[in-house]
Amino acid sequence: MRKLLKNEGFESFIASIICIILGLIIGYVVLLAIKPAGASKAIVAVIKNFMYYPSGAAKIKYFGNTLVKTAPLLMCSLSILFAYKVGLFNIGASGQFTVGTCAALYLALGANMPWYVCLISAMVAGALLAAITGILKSYCNVNEVISCIMLNWISLYATNMILTKVKESTSPYTLVVANTNPKAILPSLGLGKLFSNNPYVTIAIPLSIILAIVIWVLLEKTTLGYELRATGNNKNAAKYAGMNEKRNIILTMVIAGALSGLGGAFLYLSGFEQWQCTQSSVPGMGFNGIAASFLGGLSPIGSIFSSYFIQHVTAGGAYVDKTLYCSQISDLISSVIIYLCGFVGFLKLVLKKAAEKKEGGETK
Amino acid sequence: MDAPYAIEMLNITKKFPGIIANDNITLQLRKGEIHALLGENGAGKSTLMSVLFGLYQPEEGQIKKDGKVVDIKNPNDANALGIGMVHQHFKLVECFTVLDNIILGVETTKNGILQKDEARKKVLALSEKYGLAVNPDAIIEDITVGMQQRTEILKMLYRDNEILIFDEPTAVLTPQEIDELMAIMKNLAAEGKSILFISHKLNEIMEVADRVSVLRKGKYIGTVDVEGTTKEDLSRMMVGRDVDFVVQKQPRTPGEEILKVENLTVASKIHKNNAVKNVSFNVRKGEIVCIAGIDGNGQTELVYALSGLEPAAGGKISLLGKDITNTSIRDRSVMGMSHIPEDRHKHGLVLDYSLEYNMVLQRYFEPEFTKNGFLDKPAIRKYAERLIEEYDVRSGQGPITRARSMSGGNQQKAIVAREIDKEPELLIAVQPTRGLDVGAIENIHRQLVAQRDKDKAVLLVSLELEEVMSVPDRILVMYEGEIVGELDPKTTTVEELGLYMAGAKRQ
Ligand SMILES: Nc1ncnc2c1ncn2[C@@H]1O[C@H](COP(=O)(O)OP(=O)(O)OP(=O)(O)O)[C@@H](O)[C@H]1O
Ligand SMILES: [Mg+2]
Repeated sequence: MRKLLKNEGFESFIASIICIILGLIIGYVVLLAIKPAGASKAIVAVIKNFMYYPSGAAKIKYFGNTLVKTAPLLMCSLSILFAYKVGLFNIGASGQFTVGTCAALYLALGANMPWYVCLISAMVAGALLAAITGILKSYCNVNEVISCIMLNWISLYATNMILTKVKESTSPYTLVVANTNPKAILPSLGLGKLFSNNPYVTIAIPLSIILAIVIWVLLEKTTLGYELRATGNNKNAAKYAGMNEKRNIILTMVIAGALSGLGGAFLYLSGFEQWQCTQSSVPGMGFNGIAASFLGGLSPIGSIFSSYFIQHVTAGGAYVDKTLYCSQISDLISSVIIYLCGFVGFLKLVLKKAAEKKEGGETK
Repeated sequence: MDAPYAIEMLNITKKFPGIIANDNITLQLRKGEIHALLGENGAGKSTLMSVLFGLYQPEEGQIKKDGKVVDIKNPNDANALGIGMVHQHFKLVECFTVLDNIILGVETTKNGILQKDEARKKVLALSEKYGLAVNPDAIIEDITVGMQQRTEILKMLYRDNEILIFDEPTAVLTPQEIDELMAIMKNLAAEGKSILFISHKLNEIMEVADRVSVLRKGKYIGTVDVEGTTKEDLSRMMVGRDVDFVVQKQPRTPGEEILKVENLTVASKIHKNNAVKNVSFNVRKGEIVCIAGIDGNGQTELVYALSGLEPAAGGKISLLGKDITNTSIRDRSVMGMSHIPEDRHKHGLVLDYSLEYNMVLQRYFEPEFTKNGFLDKPAIRKYAERLIEEYDVRSGQGPITRARSMSGGNQQKAIVAREIDKEPELLIAVQPTRGLDVGAIENIHRQLVAQRDKDKAVLLVSLELEEVMSVPDRILVMYEGEIVGELDPKTTTVEELGLYMAGAKRQ
């Protein structure tokens, strides 16, 4: 048992679970404060998410919807985690996600391209945007956080401008991909059938999980991962060992950007949503990705589960009774929970201390 | 009558994963005495001191101050009890100035505004009084290790602590500075302060300490009065065998040139002048050349330029006949250059990597350790195990030990093992024995001589007079960025060497 407690993976797991519980409790308290009468029902709705529906088929279908949005979130979370391991804070995942979306949708709707061209372009777009941050960081020593934030806004407005060309004439939304260019929709390979014919369930979901495993392998097993993590841990030692620090920083950002860019394509090429060309804030995916990567204990495999959880409560928020609470309540509750997820690192420290104390007591 | 005990550490036991770092150790420090703590690398000295300073909680045992049991939960408690510590690896804020580091945590403020002038005066007075020369406005990351160490000592003096723990303070000081520090410690002890002093240098202990306690592999061996003991006795107590203090080597004729340096100039990070000025020398096959000099006379920058960590501002460096002045670090390494760096934490190790990963830090990409872009972990494990065995690198969990948790001396041994085992044509060793116990030093010196006897070239940079006099075949003395003399260790004397190092004499 003590050995288990000391195991780092297990420690992260416990810390994450505690965070989740704390988040739910605080969310509940917030609901109580607003309107005590509906609080219990509301928090249960958040937790239940798609279980809200009585019929099995509907449950499965809406479970599919949660998964559809989990895939892009997982991509953003992988992007942030990957950069973090190399010592970079990629707060630009959101912007990379946006330009990925832009490339995918423009090629799908404006140039009638098939899905794989769109997917690859999204990846390249994200990678290029992130490369700017990487180059600025390694050659001009510009802090990546600052340049990422700037690029987030630039990407948002550039995307709005470009996608206006392919928007519906009567609404601010982009054309429906499934109607305009069905071959740009990601193939489902029969997966949709498994989810009560949910048309949005595509290969994006298994692809994102495969990519999480690829990133894990890349970081832990490959020579490149060894080098990148060494750079992240001690860049002086990496330099001393002859590693090309500048190249590594740029390469890291390129990979991180490609992941986020793919995330954008995963969401919009599933046809689940349309881009709103008048939107004035960068997509929240990129920021929820931060919480997801920390909640997942900064492990790519952990991220799969944490991304799902975060998406689960976000979606669950939609089922809160809107007659009792205002419509922002769902976002509020899920953000409280997500916020708490950021405390994983702190909790891990507390757990470690506790384990040490306990051990000291036992030997006495 | 013996003075009463200022600090008593009774039956202290502290365990780490895989190792009992302190096994039922009792240490008693008298008021006003200088008490040395001696033991091999990894014996548990730093751990014991960290327990006293509140960094670790022991599983068993208690601490008494002035006869009363005290509970030291963290360094703040220790500070409140007047206990100060200079750590083996400094705890300075890299991007702060010397002055800011010294006053950090005990700043005087007036209406919320820092009052630095007074602090500066006090620091300058202390630095004057004890001959600890520092530039209060220099940024820590720009100054030499020696000056960082002096900053640490000033930090403790600034806090008026009465129990002073020095964890290997002299490892990085120059002989002159060491003499000065010894004098300071004696003064402090005479003023009534009690000092715990860790050092691997038996001469220093013999000179300054009143009593010595010896630890071996976490166990307490005994305490002796310095009067009435000898270096040989102490090293036997510590290592458990006789140690050979003399470096054994046969005469050899050096072969062809391996490293050639012509008119090398390197810019300084601290001042406008060049740190290395127009330096020319060579190192040949089968010889050990030593760069001697007082710390801060351009040795660090010279090595940075040779290894490629910093660019040369002028001149030419050739390795094996090829111009490498602008060659990358990786290419120099592949061509056959090894480098034991001066600062093991800054350059030598990725502290959060395991020991085995650190063992292949420059070689992970070679076919021996990489297959199709994947690390060959079994091969790395096997390689690390061999080095650990051959170089006697001790740690709690062997190859998977996190480098951060290893004792300072064992970290150094790991780096030395890695660099020597690369079988380099040129080995640049900057203070390779810093922080090592006498047994390990004997071993490293033997390894350096073995390299030379294998017809390799060795460039040794050392501040240690004993090492300078005994290991190399040729000595080059650096003073203010220039090579001011070439000496033959067989014919020169320590006094003459000292004159060159102080800049009083040049050829
Ligand atoms: N934080 C830690 N976690 C795990 N093991 C540790 C930790 N600190 C020290 N150790 C282990 O405890 C043992 C004693 O280490 P310590 O640093 O006290 O040695 P030391 O006597 O100071 O040696 P040196 O002369 O090399 O500095 C070593 O084997 C080391 O690996
Ligand atoms: Mg130590």
